[in-house]
Amino acid sequence: MTTTKRPTLAVWKFASCDGCQLSLLDCTDELLALAGAMRIAHFNELTRNKVDGPYDVSLVEGSISTPADAERIRDVRRSSHRLITIGACATAGGIQALRNFAGDGEYAGAVYAHPEFVSTLSTSTPVSAHVAVDQELQGCPIDRHQLLEVITAELAGRRPVLPTHTVCQQCKGRGTVCLPVAKGTPCLGPVTRAGCGALCPSIGRGCFGCFGPSEGSNTGALAGRLLDDGMAPVDASALFATFYAGDPVFGDRALALAKTGEPAPVDDQDRPA
Amino acid sequence: MTGGSRRRRRRRTVAIEGISRVEGEGSLRVEVTGGVVGDVALSVFEPPRFFEALLKGRKAAETPDITARICGICPVAYQMSACATVEDACDVSVGAPITDLRRLLYCGEWIQSHALHIHLLHAPDFLGCADAVELATRDRVAFERGMALKRTGNLVTEAIGGRAIHPVNVRIGGFYRSPDHHQVAALAEPVRRALDLALDTVEWVSGFDFPDLESEYRFVALRSPGRYPMESGRIVSSDGLDASPAGFADLVIEEHLARSTALHARIEGRFAYLTGPLARYALNASELPEVARQAATRGGLGNVCVNPFRSIVVRAVELVFACHEALRLIESYEPPDPPAVAVPPRAGVGTGATEAPRGLLFHQYELDRDGAIVAARIVPPTSQNLATIESDLRRVAQNALELPDEELTWRCEQAVRNHDPCISCAAHFLDVTVVAP
Repeated sequence: MTTTKRPTLAVWKFASCDGCQLSLLDCTDELLALAGAMRIAHFNELTRNKVDGPYDVSLVEGSISTPADAERIRDVRRSSHRLITIGACATAGGIQALRNFAGDGEYAGAVYAHPEFVSTLSTSTPVSAHVAVDQELQGCPIDRHQLLEVITAELAGRRPVLPTHTVCQQCKGRGTVCLPVAKGTPCLGPVTRAGCGALCPSIGRGCFGCFGPSEGSNTGALAGRLLDDGMAPVDASALFATFYAGDPVFGDRALALAKTGEPAPVDDQDRPA
Repeated sequence: MTGGSRRRRRRRTVAIEGISRVEGEGSLRVEVTGGVVGDVALSVFEPPRFFEALLKGRKAAETPDITARICGICPVAYQMSACATVEDACDVSVGAPITDLRRLLYCGEWIQSHALHIHLLHAPDFLGCADAVELATRDRVAFERGMALKRTGNLVTEAIGGRAIHPVNVRIGGFYRSPDHHQVAALAEPVRRALDLALDTVEWVSGFDFPDLESEYRFVALRSPGRYPMESGRIVSSDGLDASPAGFADLVIEEHLARSTALHARIEGRFAYLTGPLARYALNASELPEVARQAATRGGLGNVCVNPFRSIVVRAVELVFACHEALRLIESYEPPDPPAVAVPPRAGVGTGATEAPRGLLFHQYELDRDGAIVAARIVPPTSQNLATIESDLRRVAQNALELPDEELTWRCEQAVRNHDPCISCAAHFLDVTVVAP
């Protein structure tokens, strides 16, 4: 037993695929160092040991989609000095946030083929819609190097260094040929947060926005470009309505495209609950 | 029994909220009255994410990326089953080079997933450790070996798929880009080392102390002549079933139990069944390469293993297989050209089944003529295994009643972990109401 007082770490799962907490286990070279620097007090996927709170740092994966989980996240908040959400589910509601669009009149049918099927379900919302969040880490899935940076920064008591620029800029840095320009391939790179390493364009595939909207992204201009390049509004809508559909920057754009066939914004009243 | 009638009637309850070292959130409860195990329940309290509902109206082309998000541990399995399903509906076959590259990608996932389960989730039970961090203090070599294997699995998945979790290079019909020769050739050395580590792993785990338990399983797995099953095949069982994926899908009924947001699957007119490493091994051991067969023999396995605690040995043998198979595919690699075949949409129903690390995963989609999803059904291995895991739990508990409560509880947890359940996978269903705990 070590006598130095290590900060405690807890990892929590809500509605999610497990992939973001797996990223922590994928830190194969750093796992023991992490366990040395922090006392792992609650991490169901890793250990049988469960230590009662309070916890110095909680990592939260997953969205809030049931009344029981809305209660549980408040418990986690109460028992955590610092609460960090990891991944698209926890920060934006995840792909399961598509249910939020159901039952929303005429346009919902275009975004969502069978709204009547899901209208009775609860919404899927980010953790920040329920409790205060101290730090968010984006991505579907998150990048494990960024996760280590967030934890390291936490231990050092500083802000993590995370990219705020776009996949588009990352592509330029890599010297990847621009797919929309060269081939007319639909690509969300200009409005998507950097962090993946611009993987998709490097294999000839347009970005599908799995790290969510970048700061100040102009989705209206990009939507106009997608339509000019011949994409049907319904397909452009679907492109915005995947893993970050629960983020209004992408979700509202998807709604606007589905409802009006135009890249214009929608009224506030049209927003999903 | 020496305890007298009062003791024999004593009630004991083993209850675990939040089973640890499994993927996802589940609980178990075992009721014991007078020395006899009564009710046994493995409950899944993951919130359902309704994938079948959110797939409706989406384009078939989106299914590999969307269904991958059902499970971060085995996204390749979802991508492979999605591709097989759409290609079946559209009556397209992709040919050997693309099939081989898919198989190589799948090997990467098997390696990382089995390495994870063996070293981080399962082995600590046999060594009395709470977790792999404690295991590392007792046997640093074994821990590092597990991490190295996991890293190699991730490396293969990243090289072919672009990233280890939710790969981006898979599309219906094949891949966005074929990795070039040198990218794939660079995998040979690490995979060769991993093969040696996998052989060491078989030796390590076969030395564990296994509780006695013989279960009568009805095994179900894919079978494809000439190869250990992974990306395709017919579905066979240990009691003589031999069906196409579509034929099998017709036989499987799923029950919704109030305690669970996962459905429990059974074969109509038969009983519970088991998919996964034990089933694949029992039904396909003869297809294993020599190096894996010899490892199995040294590890004390016969042609069939019916002690679920020994599944860790079978998983290690499959690790040997996956490394050997990856090496074979790396050495014979020819980049598919083109990287994907065209899959023109047409109206119809398709069924696709592949072997996820934890067992059979089948998808069935109805597509309209524009290639949009009209209906989707996704049956992951864990919901097929739930009924069998419960019957294992009953037998394990009955055999271990002499243990004190804490040890009995641990043994019951182990009975669940034996089958590597993925609860995140099992709880994505459509026809489910959320039951408040």
